[in-house]
Amino acid sequence: MKKIVFNRSLALLFVLAAMLAAVRVEAADYQTRVQADIQAFRDYFTAQFPDVKFADYADGVYAIDEDSRQQWKEMEEFPPYALSVEDGKALFEIPFANGKTYGSCFANGGAVRQNYPYFDEKKGKVVTLEMAINDCRVANGEKPLACKTGDIAKISAYMAFISRGKPVDVKVQSEGAYKAYVKGKELFYAKHGKLNMSCAGCHMQYAGRRLRAEILSPALGHTTHFPVYRSKWGEIGTLHKRYGGCSNDTGAKSFAPQSEEYCNLEFFETVMSNGLIFNGPASRK
Amino acid sequence: MKVKAVAQNNVVSVKILIQHVMETGRRKDETGKLVAGHYITEVNAEHKGERVFQAEIGPGVSKDPYLAFQFTGGSVGETVTISWVDSKGGTEKTDSVISAL
Repeated sequence: MKKIVFNRSLALLFVLAAMLAAVRVEAADYQTRVQADIQAFRDYFTAQFPDVKFADYADGVYAIDEDSRQQWKEMEEFPPYALSVEDGKALFEIPFANGKTYGSCFANGGAVRQNYPYFDEKKGKVVTLEMAINDCRVANGEKPLACKTGDIAKISAYMAFISRGKPVDVKVQSEGAYKAYVKGKELFYAKHGKLNMSCAGCHMQYAGRRLRAEILSPALGHTTHFPVYRSKWGEIGTLHKRYGGCSNDTGAKSFAPQSEEYCNLEFFETVMSNGLIFNGPASRK
Repeated sequence: MKVKAVAQNNVVSVKILIQHVMETGRRKDETGKLVAGHYITEVNAEHKGERVFQAEIGPGVSKDPYLAFQFTGGSVGETVTISWVDSKGGTEKTDSVISAL
């Protein structure tokens, strides 16, 4: 039994206070304010898990639970997402009806995972990788794909796979970007649903503890490894599919995948993971 | 089908990931109709003409089956041949060269 010597509720309050204090600063430098939030977020986890190396947070629950880590390491020798990556590659290379390919929208043969999400000034909203894949399709006369599983997750898996090793470095440099970031942050910390639970409640306060039979992952590193092959789904799925599942778990009606709410949440979570490495796709329970 | 065969000492460890729907025949589609069963019934592995593994599986195994087994007497560079048959008569066969750890 782990002895909790560190009062998580107090620490969480400190993090929130630090973040609120950062908002009161009158500097127009959004990146500085965000950096203060990032530091408070990291400090919370290093205090909670002093033996975990910063880079390992990209592995989620496997960074904080040894038994899960062993099982995952063995699975990584022959990962269940391997077929999805192959399918994704094949899909990526099929030309559209007009003769163009995804390669005409994405540079480096699709190795651009590290550029998402980002705040698009012209569109005035956060753009995610899945959204960009569909934008590419629509721009070339194709119908957009559904955004939870199937083809979009496979294409995203392939693009994530060939982008492995790139650093997470999301910029928040304009008022629009900062507003989206704050909205994502509010959704992360707000309690919602019939069970009145927040993302922070499970993934910060209760990280490393059990929710029913599962161990909760720390929020630091949450978005580095998506899309994931989740054994429960029996297939590869997107981050927004997982967000929807979490909303349902709190007894709340989930937002649609690629909705503004989930895009802002992805934006906030990825900013909090700045400094880690993209390591998708991954396998999870 | 993806196959990985690795030899350590005298033991060859083989891992297989087969892409297959493994439809049980009990699932209903959106209209309420039963989706026809379509699942792998047998998986075999051969090494130097000798069968080293056989599995009779069925609808109890879920989509994209993953199988792993070990056998003795194989060396690096030799070939293991994996083949399967399904309930609709579909087959697939793959050769995999045993590699070192």
